[in-house]
Amino acid sequence: MKRSWLIALFCVLGLAAPALAADTIKLGFNIPLTGDIPDVGESSKNAAEMLKKKINDAGGLRVGDKSYMLEFVYEDNESKAESALSATRKLITQDNVLGMVGPQSSKQAVPAAEAANELKTPMMAPWSTNPNTTKARPFVFRGCFLDTFQGPTAAKFASEEFKAKKAAVLYDIASDYPKGLAEDFKTAFEKINGPGSVVAFETFTTKDVDFSAQLTNIAKSGAEVLFVPQYYNEVPLIVQQAKSLGFNKPVLGSDSWGSGDLMGLCGDTCKGFFFVTHYAAAGAKGKTKEFIDAYTTQYKKTPDDVAALTWDSANLMLAAVQSMGALSGDMAKDREGLMKAMAGIKKFEGITGDMSYPATGDHDPIKCAVVVKIDDAGKFAFYKSVCP
Amino acid sequence: MLQSFLQNILNALQWGSFYSLIALGYCLVYGVLLLINFAHGDIFMVGAYLAFFVSMVLLGKYGAIAGLPGWMVLSLAVPLTMILTAVVGVTLERIAYRPLRRKGVNRLYVVITALMCGLILENGNLALLGASRKSFPTLIPIQVFDFHGIIVTNLKLMVIGVAILSFLLLHFIVTRTKMGMAMRAISYDRFAVPLMGIPADTVIVFTFVLGSGFAGLAGLFFAMTYPVIDPYMGALIGWKAFIAAVVGGIGSIAGAFAGGFLLGFVEIMVVAFFPSTYRDLIAFSILLLILSIRPTGLFGVARRTKI
Repeated sequence: MKRSWLIALFCVLGLAAPALAADTIKLGFNIPLTGDIPDVGESSKNAAEMLKKKINDAGGLRVGDKSYMLEFVYEDNESKAESALSATRKLITQDNVLGMVGPQSSKQAVPAAEAANELKTPMMAPWSTNPNTTKARPFVFRGCFLDTFQGPTAAKFASEEFKAKKAAVLYDIASDYPKGLAEDFKTAFEKINGPGSVVAFETFTTKDVDFSAQLTNIAKSGAEVLFVPQYYNEVPLIVQQAKSLGFNKPVLGSDSWGSGDLMGLCGDTCKGFFFVTHYAAAGAKGKTKEFIDAYTTQYKKTPDDVAALTWDSANLMLAAVQSMGALSGDMAKDREGLMKAMAGIKKFEGITGDMSYPATGDHDPIKCAVVVKIDDAGKFAFYKSVCP
Repeated sequence: MLQSFLQNILNALQWGSFYSLIALGYCLVYGVLLLINFAHGDIFMVGAYLAFFVSMVLLGKYGAIAGLPGWMVLSLAVPLTMILTAVVGVTLERIAYRPLRRKGVNRLYVVITALMCGLILENGNLALLGASRKSFPTLIPIQVFDFHGIIVTNLKLMVIGVAILSFLLLHFIVTRTKMGMAMRAISYDRFAVPLMGIPADTVIVFTFVLGSGFAGLAGLFFAMTYPVIDPYMGALIGWKAFIAAVVGGIGSIAGAFAGGFLLGFVEIMVVAFFPSTYRDLIAFSILLLILSIRPTGLFGVARRTKI
């Protein structure tokens, strides 16, 4: 008797599920909730939850003449390339998402983008700056500038601001993002200051904690500035060991510095250093300030660049859904339609600045970069803006 | 060039100190029980976390007591961390290894249990404290000394000093005390020892206290040197320290100590003169070569007694 009730219940649920699904739009988030950079995943999720609440509380997303509720699926990629791949496949084939936001860092975004493109699902990489993520992949879009822009910006800043003629680089050779960016920096710096002006180009491998041998070489090389395109959990170790090996020159970072708990881990050691990034929270105006205020009240901390870029990327994807006019319910057709709608957006006003997409070629926005100085209070203060 | 070389020797001494301290723990437990305690690297991680909480409490960050000055926190944190980590090590022995030993099962199962305990410690930490890194507080201000271009900090000297003192202390305990004699007796014949009226369990617990205590000490100084701690920090360094202990001749205290420094030295020198991608390749090829020439390790002897 009991069992038949259960079966009946399942039947009802089974019938009800597609009916419910018809009125929701499902987006997947492929983010690192555990692993090396869990704060990045947390920021992404916070921003996404805030966006979902905002839209669902206002009655859902209007597409044509119908309102859809948003449903976000969060899949943890453990900050690993292979987990990012399986998370992508799970989101697309099992969870049946319309589009995917993430992965955030290039190490996961490059392989995940390949899978998303193969499975013909639109993907928006908010924070991945490696050119390979979107290269010749029509279904993959990006929410930030490229390393080929960031590297030269950092090289130019180092030459102009510190009057540096010799630079050193320390990077993780086993990770796509630092490796690509380090090479872009080297090329650009040597273009300005002549061949051989990058006097030390030292490497380490993910999870290393001791950099004393590399930093000994750097300290002896006579470099006037050290470029470290690493994540927030490695920067404090590198900066501190550099100081205890007698390297007291400026250290310059990249956009990976701004996310996560850099100042909590680094403390006073990082103060006074500069890095290139997507936006500066201190002194923001307009829509950006609204976002920062709402985020700060809800989560009791200032949103980092990952949160802001996730917000922009998800918004861009939703704007594209709205511009589609109507959803057919056929997933393959809708995904294709969404991709075309996203490619049709030529300019999007985000809180991290305007994103204009070129009419042809890969879906990389043209965006300005911001150079941020870590001030004496440990805040990321706007220093200057560099546009392409 | 000479300057760089001397600087890198200092770097290697610091890095090797951690391998040595962890390797000593492997060596003690193996010596007495012929058990490779694969959870040891994670006990080292637990030691770093315990050191973190002890320091935070003593610095007054949690408001339990008024803050103490840094040097006093350090001198209290050393014994407290060692005692607390020893409690964790003994607890593992009590709930995981002793029941198996009582049942007289093959050592293989105990080794697998040890691997499992390590995973439980790692993931337990992940579940309890979350995946975010913790920043270890600065206990003593780091002073940088410059001797003709060779740069050394007070912390570096302290770490190397602690490793050498620990070795001397353990060597003294094992060779000169009654407890040490009992440890060696157990490693010689575990079944005859109780017949002589020696409480074998007490000796084994004492071994775990020593091994885990020094892992805790290593955790404290590791966290001071590399002040970003995470739940997986013990896994890789634990494996490598185990290899170092084997190359030194597992069971020999001098061997574990030398093996740790040898591995630290090779790793740093490879990175200093080659790209870092070659580090593990070259380092472990050298170790493999040493083992194929001397299968019992540098200080090991092929006999039944170890330690």
